This record gives sequence, C-alpha cells and structure tokens, in this order.
Amino acid sequence: MIIVLLTFCSILPMFFILFFITSKGISVINWRFLTQLPRPVGEMGGGISNAIIGTFMLIGIATAISIPIGILAGIFLSENRKGRLASLIRLCVETLQGVPSIVIGIIAYIWLVVSMGSFSAASGGFALGLMMLPVIITATEETLKLIPESLREASLALGVSYPRTILKVILPAGVSGIVTGILLSVARVAGETAPLLFTAFGSPFMNLNILKPMNSLPLMIFNYATSPYPEWHTLAWGASFILIVFVLGLNLFTKVVTRRWKVQF
Amino acid sequence: MESTVLRIENFSAVFGQNQVLKGVNLSIPQNRITAVMGPSGCGKTTLIRCVNRMHELTPDATVSGRILLDGEDIYATDPIIVRRQIGMVFQRRNPFPMMSIYDNVIAGYNLNGIRLAKNEKDRVVEESLRKAALWEEVKGALHRRGSFLSGGQQQRLCIARALAMQPDVLLLDEPTSALDPKSSSRIEELIVELKGAVTIMLVTHNTGQAARVSDYTAFLYLGELIEFGPSGKMFTAPKEKMTEEYLTGKFG
Amino acid sequence: MNHSRAEVLVLEAKTETMRWRKPALSEPSFRRILSVAGAFVLLLLLAIFFSLIIASYPAIQSFGIRFLFGSTWDPVRSEFGAFPFVVGTLATSFFALVISVVFSIPISIFLGEYSARGTTATFIKSMLELLAGVPSVIYGFCGLFILTPLVRTLEMKIGVAPYGVGIFTASLVLSIMIIPYSASIGREVISLVPSDLKEAAFSLGATRFEVIRKVILPYAKSGIVAGILLSLGRALGETMAVTMVIGNSNFIPKGIFSPANTLASVIANEFTEATGSLYLASLIELGLVLFIVTTVINLIGKLIIRRMGVEG
Repeated sequence: MIIVLLTFCSILPMFFILFFITSKGISVINWRFLTQLPRPVGEMGGGISNAIIGTFMLIGIATAISIPIGILAGIFLSENRKGRLASLIRLCVETLQGVPSIVIGIIAYIWLVVSMGSFSAASGGFALGLMMLPVIITATEETLKLIPESLREASLALGVSYPRTILKVILPAGVSGIVTGILLSVARVAGETAPLLFTAFGSPFMNLNILKPMNSLPLMIFNYATSPYPEWHTLAWGASFILIVFVLGLNLFTKVVTRRWKVQF
Repeated sequence: MESTVLRIENFSAVFGQNQVLKGVNLSIPQNRITAVMGPSGCGKTTLIRCVNRMHELTPDATVSGRILLDGEDIYATDPIIVRRQIGMVFQRRNPFPMMSIYDNVIAGYNLNGIRLAKNEKDRVVEESLRKAALWEEVKGALHRRGSFLSGGQQQRLCIARALAMQPDVLLLDEPTSALDPKSSSRIEELIVELKGAVTIMLVTHNTGQAARVSDYTAFLYLGELIEFGPSGKMFTAPKEKMTEEYLTGKFG
Repeated sequence: MNHSRAEVLVLEAKTETMRWRKPALSEPSFRRILSVAGAFVLLLLLAIFFSLIIASYPAIQSFGIRFLFGSTWDPVRSEFGAFPFVVGTLATSFFALVISVVFSIPISIFLGEYSARGTTATFIKSMLELLAGVPSVIYGFCGLFILTPLVRTLEMKIGVAPYGVGIFTASLVLSIMIIPYSASIGREVISLVPSDLKEAAFSLGATRFEVIRKVILPYAKSGIVAGILLSLGRALGETMAVTMVIGNSNFIPKGIFSPANTLASVIANEFTEATGSLYLASLIELGLVLFIVTTVINLIGKLIIRRMGVEG
C-alpha cells in the first residue's frame, strides 16, 4: 500500500539524523570537550564549555521573564472565557506564537541591543523569553480550563478569597499541565539560533555577565558548521550530539514525568 | 420555644430573565434540621446558595430582601466572612484532590492563612473527623490523598472539612443524591447526630429523607414558599393542598 | 478527645479572630493584576508591529512599494530590492509544500483512518513529534553535510552547475521540517469525519480507497488546507536550516538548482554586517514583510480550523 510506504518513509529522516549525529558526534565527546573553551583555528582540541553554560544562562533569563507574565496572562484568559478583551488577547497570543524567530531577534535588537550599545546575553534571553511566552500562556489557559468548577466552589464555600482560591487551589491543581508547557517551551528555545544571531551574538570566551555577548550551543554549531575548518566541523558534530540529546531528552522526560503529576478529578 | 438563628425576610432572586425566588419568608430554628424540598426548578438550591452568597459566582444574579444571621444582615458583611460562618456541603463530593485527608480537613484554616500550632491542628482534624463519623476509618491514613476513599467517605470528608470551621449553620445541598443507599443512610444518621453542634439546612428532592431526618420542613414551588412547619405534622397532615399533592406524587 | 478548658478557649479565640480577618490581597486588585498581564501581551504585539515599521521607515520612505519588486540588492550602491528574496522564499516554500504534502496526506490518512490507536500509531506520532522537536540548525547541519554532496552528484549527472546548495536542497530540508505540522492537523481533521458517512459509502459497495478519495478527503478538505497553510507559515519563517543550504546568493535564482536567498536567510547572513542606516532599515523592512505575511497566513489557517471545530 502506497500510503503505508509513504508514511514510513517520512520518518526515515529522523533515523538518518540521529544516526549521523551519533556516529560523527559521539567520538568527540569526552570530559575535555565538555569543560574546555574553544581553541583558536589551527589548534587541536578545545571544547564547548562556554556554549553549554551560555545555553543554560540564556534559558534561565528567558524563563525568568516568561514564566510570571505567562502564567498570570494564562490565568486571565482562563478566568475570562468570554469577553472581547480576552478574545483579542487570545488572538495576540496565537499571532505571537507564529512570528518567525528571526523577526523576534530583530525586535530584541531594536529594543535592547541598540539601547544598550552592545550585544548581550540579556537581549538574547529576552528574545528567547518572547518565544516561550505564548506557549506558556496557552498551556496555562488550557490546563486551568479543565479544572472542574466544583473545586473552586469548595474553596470559596470555606470563605477563601478569590485570589487565594486561584493561587492556592486552582493553580496547584493544574501544575502538571503548566510545567509541561514550560518544559516544552524550554526544549523549543534551547535549539534556537536565529534570535541569537544579533542579540547574544556568540563569543569564544566564557562569560557570566549578562550584559556582554554570550555563546550558546546552537550558535556555536552554526558558526562552526559553516566555517571552512574541518576541526571545527568535528566539534560541531559533538555539539550537535549534546544539543539533540538535551532537546529530545527533555521532550521525552516531559511526557513521562508530568503524567505522574496529573491530578485526577 | 425555638430560637431562630437564621431569618430569611421577603427574599427574592432574579437570574438574568428568570425570577427564581419570590418573596420567601423563613425562620430557621437553631440546632434543628430544616429540610427544604420541592420539585426540580422550585428554587431550593438557589435559596441555600443565597444563604452563603455562593449565587454571586453566577453573573446576572440579583437579590432583594434580607437574610439575617444572628441578627446581622449577611448582605452587609464581607461574603468571605459569611462563608466562614455558614458552611456548605455540595451534591457532588469535592475534596481537594492535591491534598491529603489531614490537609483537606484543615483546608479552611490553611487556605485562609490562619496559623495554628501543630497540636491545635491535630485536635481540629481529629474532632472534625470524629463528628463526621470518619475518624476510625482514616486515622491511620491521614497523610494520604483521599482518592482511595469511597464516595460516601469522601462526602463525609467534605462534611468534616466544613465542620472544622465551626460554622453556625451548615448547608447541605442534596448531599446523598450521588451516593448509594447504604452510604446515604450512614450520612443521614450522621446529620441527625450533628444538629446538637450546628444548625442544619438540608436541601433534598427525596421526600423520604426529609421525613426521616428533619425536624422542620419548608416546601417550595416555583420560587414561592408554600408551606413551612414541623416535619411530623407536614408529612402526615399538610395544611396546603399543593403540599399534599407533591407528597403523594402528583407532580415533581 | 476532651480538651482542657484552656485549650477550648484558645481555639474559640482563634476562630473568633478568624471570622473577622480580611484577606491581604483583595479581589479587585488581583483581577487588575491579571488584566494587566493579559493586556501586556496585546501591547507587546502592537509594539512589535510598530517597532518594525518605525525601524524600517528609512527604507519605506526611499523605495516605497518598489522595494518588493526591485531586483537588485546591492549594499555597496545602496540599492535594495527585495525581489530576489521574494522569489527565493516563494520557490523554497512552494517546493517544500509540494514535497511535504506527498507525505503528510498519506500520514494523515494512515493515522486518522487506518490505525488511529495502537502501538504503530503511537510510534509514528512520537517520531513525528521528535522530528518537529529537532532544532533547525541541526537540520541545516545535516542538510549541509549529508544532503548537499548527494545533490551535487545529482547536479553533475544532469549537467547543471554542481553547487550542491541551492533552492532544491533547501526545499528538501524544509519539506522534512514541515511534515509534522500538516500531518498532525490533517490527522485530526480526518479522524473527525463522521462514521455514518463512511459507513453509508461502504454499504454502497465502495472500496477503502474510494471511500478515502470520495468521502473522507472532500469532507476534510478545508481542514487539510488549513494544515497546509499553517505549515506554509512555518516554512516562510524558517531561517537557520535554509540559510545553511541555500547558497547565499542575492541574485534572482534562474532555476531550481540555483543558489538563492530567502527573506529570512538574507537577514541572518547580512544583519550583523549591515553598515549604514538604509542598509539596516532595508533588512528590517524584510523582517516586516515576513512578519505581515506569516501572520496573515497563520490567522487564515487558524480561522479555518476554528470553523471546523478542531483543536489545532
């Protein structure tokens, strides 16, 4: 049957990608690779430590920005199912989700890089945070919509105020869905390069200062893969292996773990 | 002479376009069980939800008239405070699924940010579970989540949770209609035991339950109070014709 | 169970204060905070739109609508025409769509009609989700090192300049990336076809294949179109993988094997080296065009899906 054949053909790329990255990348991975800084061209060895640290720092900034606003906005939307303002905001969330990542990078550049006068991790983290925001809002809204009204009534009937009911009863009941949304959006932005091209910009140095440029795994892969140096290509395969293990691992982890936290009503 | 703890004066409620309650006058006697019965749509659930101001969760709900608790107009007080004095148990049991049995009972304090010492909390939990006739069954599993409990046990947990707040009045909205007969009768026994500690208003569509359990009964039809009086008399010799027709099953 | 008198008094005193304590955060303030958080998103989107317009204003002022049709992109002479990138974007997206549809419709039929549950279906669905989760730069990397040599060999065989990179390679990589999107929506839509329609057709003697062709696909048509539109939106905005295999040429591509640039890839390639405000403004205007086009396409796709009552 053609249908079956085509279906299975379409997942072949997944296997190819995993196979190539693993075979070319895994031999590069060793302790030095993970803990050393990259060496200049021509020197053997070197590692990706600044990219790994940078990736985590950028994700940290992004989550710090996007989680509070994202959850509050998600609560707003789930508490206001009808209403023109809520519908409009919902439309904006969907639109924001579809904005190309390079345009987000341009915005972060205009708003932060220009005003700060230099590339910085802060602007890169901001761009990633903008990309995480709609996913977190939607996950929060959808999760909270599923929580039965009876839970809210039980709390209010005990004389618990509305803010406390939302924050201490409804929100905890939806924690698994919200955490899923957060983890999935982290997995999404961990692999993003375009918004960082002219915000965090990348750097050969280890940098913990968020006001300076910062490297990240995807940026490094892009720079090394498109360079003419074979040593750098090898490093890029290793970095790709780390990245893909992290991203796919996080996706799988999210699925498995949050199922256990799910509250039954 | 019975003292009145809750007085409902000329109370009406309008939801959107519908007039759900029309000029209801009712005096609920203290430490007695007052059943509120009537056919579907008569307004009995609306009435008790107005007593603890839960109707305010519905948009387009307006009320007129007064409800006085110990002489104080509950509509002039903060609804949060009213709901701490008047507890409610719902038709569908709703213990908090994320909390342990212990935390469920003490939830009214925890969620409201009221700090109690550990031994005070333990005391409140034990006392409330004993009053709800659930202590013996759960005392070894207080810190487990309540999902393993049966339907009847979960409903008794909800009763314990409401009792822990030491309310003056306890509102029961068809508490056994989602339960099997055995669990229902256990809860009916429990309700009768409770009236020594708290005044009870019981909404039920089951006239047998009302007859078994209550001291006084109010009969509502289409938002109006048709008859109110001691249960014994009402079920054997009702004054109003409509009451008699309802009790003999001619409608509803 | 007997309290001492003291304990009873303590408990009663506590409950008395409990009755009268007012909550720290009042309801109106909390609702206001929620509204502010919601409105923030609205303001954010408006700010993005207007920032793009303001920042690209020098270019809008200089070129007007000719920007989109100018065929020369020459930063040295300050001539900025976007037409090469429009062509590159349309070509790669179009070919990517065509290739991906060949796979995503069968997948949708397979998952929606044949084996909606069961281990095979779960396996395929998981694989598609993983495919969607692979970072773009890794697609580009693999495309550059695995696919490009193959395309080069093909080009040598058919006698075309063996760049290896170009529209063809980019379309291939892009098509793999967008398959999961149209497949998942297509699957949803096909599984929603009412069974009584299908049963009626079967009872009239139609074969499985005919039922698919004549009943399921027509019914699910608009949903499938919506899925295609959404994957188009995704393809238009895709940057890294395309940048790495499209060959970075600013001339109008002559054929499917020519190197080219898309709106997104030229921004990625040239933004950090843009000198002069007109250059930068022109690049930002490309971003504005990208923003408008992807937004419109995504909204149309979502509108169709909402009409059908399917959860995208």
